[in-house]
Amino acid sequence: MISIQTEDFDPAAEYQRLRDSGAGTGAIATFTGLVRDSGDLSDVQGLYLEHYPGMTEQVIEGLVAEASSRWDVRQARVIHRVGRLALQDQIVFVGVCSAHRSDAFAACQFLMDALKTSAPFWKKEITASGEHWVEQKDSDVARSDAWQ
Amino acid sequence: MTADTFTVRFFARLREELDTEKLTLPAEPGLTTGAILASLAERGGAWGQLQGKQPVMIAVNQAMAKLSTEVRAGDEVAFFPPVTGG
Repeated sequence: MISIQTEDFDPAAEYQRLRDSGAGTGAIATFTGLVRDSGDLSDVQGLYLEHYPGMTEQVIEGLVAEASSRWDVRQARVIHRVGRLALQDQIVFVGVCSAHRSDAFAACQFLMDALKTSAPFWKKEITASGEHWVEQKDSDVARSDAWQ
Repeated sequence: MTADTFTVRFFARLREELDTEKLTLPAEPGLTTGAILASLAERGGAWGQLQGKQPVMIAVNQAMAKLSTEVRAGDEVAFFPPVTGG
């Protein structure tokens, strides 16, 4: 299930939902991303997140389908927040249920790496002196390409 | 939008630098996304970057597309900077 939302989320409740999803699950891997105080700029006070409504959901559905074809994925949950976020706010959640830990870890990491380079989200860093769109990192592209 | 036009949408840095969120343009037979970018770049100023060194990502009807992708009447074309989510 995929949610693009401005509201915060509760990782404990998301974990419980994944845990309740079926008896075949032997492993749950989750990842939560937070807003940090340094990115392209060093004095970041917050972020603004923009997305392409409609396309974003379709791209993430495609990534979940790809993960499910490569690994044993019983259930996947992706939440990405948009709009204005403050330091330490939760920005993204990926959770994967699988029969085995290796599949849960791999699918969770693949989804997160692919999200950063394929899903139409754009981050703008907000500082005391102005706002600045974040440039795509070669390291993110390399991490995503490594799954090919 | 009429039957013989398509829309172009811009996102993030491109939307701000071009000061444009959406355009409606006439559809022509054989038109590609590459030709649309070239024609918009001719407007000069900030539009010139659409053919510059900065990479522009392209989607047609909300699916990733290439410079050679053909555009038809009623399509939704989007141009945007490389994505930076997560």
